[in-house]
Formats: sequence, structure tokens, C-alpha cells
Amino acid sequence: MTKQHANWSPYDINGGTVVAIAGADYCVIAADTRMSTGYSILTRDYSKIIQLADKSVMASSGFQADVRALQKVLEARHLIYQHQHNKQMSCPAMAQLLSNTLYFKRFFPYYAFNVLGGLDSEGKGCVFTYDAVGSYERVGYSSQGSGSTLITPYLDNQLKSPSPLLLPAKDAVTPLSESEAIDLVKTCFVSATERDIYTGDKLEIVILNASGKRRDYMELRKD
Amino acid sequence: MNVSDSTPAMNNLMGSEADSQRTLYPYVTGTSVVGIKYKDGILLAADMGGSYGSTLRYKTVERLKSVGKHSIIGASGEISDFQEIMRNLDDLILYDNMWDDGNSFGPKEVHNYLTRMMYNRRNKFNPLWNSLVLGGVKNGQKYLGTVSMIGVHYEDNHVATGFGNHLARPLLRDEWHENLTFEEGVKLLEKCMRVLLYRDRSAVNKLQIAKITEEGVTISQPYALKTFWGFSAFQNPTAGAEGSW
Repeated sequence: MTKQHANWSPYDINGGTVVAIAGADYCVIAADTRMSTGYSILTRDYSKIIQLADKSVMASSGFQADVRALQKVLEARHLIYQHQHNKQMSCPAMAQLLSNTLYFKRFFPYYAFNVLGGLDSEGKGCVFTYDAVGSYERVGYSSQGSGSTLITPYLDNQLKSPSPLLLPAKDAVTPLSESEAIDLVKTCFVSATERDIYTGDKLEIVILNASGKRRDYMELRKD
Repeated sequence: MNVSDSTPAMNNLMGSEADSQRTLYPYVTGTSVVGIKYKDGILLAADMGGSYGSTLRYKTVERLKSVGKHSIIGASGEISDFQEIMRNLDDLILYDNMWDDGNSFGPKEVHNYLTRMMYNRRNKFNPLWNSLVLGGVKNGQKYLGTVSMIGVHYEDNHVATGFGNHLARPLLRDEWHENLTFEEGVKLLEKCMRVLLYRDRSAVNKLQIAKITEEGVTISQPYALKTFWGFSAFQNPTAGAEGSW
């Protein structure tokens, strides 16, 4: 008798795209609000963005149940950090925690594709980009999720990022103003929505800067 | 949700001795549940069928239940797993009552509990084979959410499980609006359930509608929907191809 195979998968792809762009003194984190499964839309109004700390905002796409579990783990760990150190976690610290949390489940991964955006200890914008098992890197901008292949080349072109091969490494943080970066993000999503069936419905944008946090919404095509 | 063969990589994670203890496939299943928010609260609809594969074996299965004072739950999928879930929920509410602190779990709390329960079972590769709808009202706040067997969950103004996602949600996206009256809500749900009855082979024509408002829960007596089969094409179905069936 051959070994029984499960006829269910513990993973599902709930789609969606996330983007983050770091500026000199701000950070823009954006995600669409569509949640899908197969060729069906489950809901048009689901937020993929969560604020983990004062200066850290995470946006994740992939398998929604894993994304939510990951968010809860990080929220809980941040609360413990606050109790133990009487201060908020810095964005680079949260970045490391996220990486370690992901690798902890290296052999049954969180199917989550994350970007972490925020302000570093100097108030400069920072963006960290991850794969599903915790490999991460600080970058000037990043896109993950179903529309990332459509958005990343566009950002590469528009933000004229320096070659990652340069030595010494050149900072990819954009000199664009906050409103220019927001417009750029909106353009990214409008374009991705045209060609990626899993991206659309509504765009949620979170902006972190010295004055605090702001949230913006924009309608996207619903087809 | 993907129902596909597991990969070789996945097999190494599951021991063979434990296989006899794990859920492999469902046996007695319920089909779609549909839920909507309306002016005074939440309405849920589900038929009373319990299928055993392709046999419509049981026709008096109550798939809508109340949970505490503020929530109602509708389940599709494996009926025995739903009974297990109800045991857990009844315990949850019991312990909540035993605090006797004037506070009671609302729909958000129950939905979160369900989500964690389903996700944890999925993590152990032994899922509760259900898709659940959880709705309720507490302190004037309406809540309607759903969770699947692998823990995928969300809330919305209208939700459905199984075939309901394909047949009912489009109708609801077109015709649902804020502040539906009770009569309008029931009519809308019946429209959805009728389409499901025509097109879902596991549907039976015996359904219940559950209503929850700030005042409390009402689950209707079972009743049947009127259907129409008098289309001329059904009268002589082989007219265009004599000899076929």
C-alpha cells in the first residue's frame, strides 16, 4: 500500500502587491486591498499594511493566514520589547526581528512576502525587503507580491537607482519629495492593476515622517 | 484554496504512523453558507443538507447555530468537525460566563478564536475541514467574518462559503446596500439560495435563515424555496438529437 497523500494544501495564494519607497525624511508604504483565491475575489477591502512600531510599518502579500500570524507574532514581540526596554523598537531592530522570525520557520515557511518601511534612528527613510524565509536587505525602494515584476522595473527606471555593484555603495534613498513619491506609487499601482489580475480594487498608502503617520486611499480598477 | 497532491518535500514533514490520526478527506459535508449585514444586524442562510460524497444523505442538519449572546455561526464542510468546533465554542462561552464580570465575548472575539483554532490545526497538518461564517452584533456594532480550513479569514458586508463565493457573492456585490430592511435582506438571501439550489448539486431545498440583532438570535424554522422548472427546453430535451438521452 502506497503512502497516503494529502489532498489539501496548507498554503493558498491570496495575491496582492506591496511597495515601499524611502525618502530623505519620509517613507511611503503602499499596498492594494484586494484578497483573492484562485480566480475568485474574496474581498475588495482587506488591509495588507500594519504598523508594528512608531517608526516601522510592514506590508505583506502572499498567504493571508500566514501573513496575519506573522503580524501577530511581531506585534506580541514588540509589546514584550516595550515592557522590557521601556522604548519603541527602531526600524532596523524590527527588520532583524522579522528576518529571524521568518527563518525560525525555515522548514515550514510563512508564505509571506514582506517589505518593512520606516524611519531609522537618524530620521531618514528606510526600506527593508524580504523573501519568505527571512533573507533581507536594506534598500531605497522595493516591491513584493503578484505585481512586483511589473512595478520593480518601473521603479528602477524612475528612481534612477545607482548600481548595486558600485563600491563604495551608493545610497538608493530617493531625493524625490514626499508628494512626488506618493504620485509615483499611485502610478505604479494603476499600471500593475491593468495587467495583474490579483492587483486592484483600492490602494492604501501609509506615509511615515517626522510629524507622524498619515493614511491615504485611492480607488483602483475593480476588474 | 488549493486542493492538490502534496509535493515530495511535504511528505517528509508528515510521519506515517500519525497518518491514521490525521484528517485526509471529509465524509459528511454541508454546502454553502451565505451571510449579509442588514440594518438591524446580520442574516445568515444555509440549507439543511449533509452530503455523503455524491449522496444527499442527511436532510435535517442544522448548520446555523448561536454562539453566546452576540454571535451566530454557519458552517460548511465536514459536519463532525463542525460539531467539534461547537464543543470548543460552547466551552469558550461557558468559561467566559464563569468570570461573571458583566462582559461577554462579542463576534470579533469569537471570530479571532475560530481563526486561531483553524490555523493551528492547519499548522499541525490535521485541519478541521470547514469553512465558517461568523456574524453578530455587540453594542450596536455589526460584524460579519469568515474563516476557511487553512485559516484564511476576512470580514466584509457580505460573505459566503464554497459555491456561494462563485454564485452568491456576485449577486450580493450587485444588490447589497447599507441599511437593507429585514424583508429586503431575506429576499436577497433567498435569491442567492435559489441560484445555489439550481446550480449546486449538493444543495437541498430545505433551508434556515438565522437573524441576529442587538436584541438576540432567531433561527427560522426550516422551509423550502419555490422553484421553476417549466422551461420549454426541459420539456423535450432530446428534440435536437433524437436517440440521445
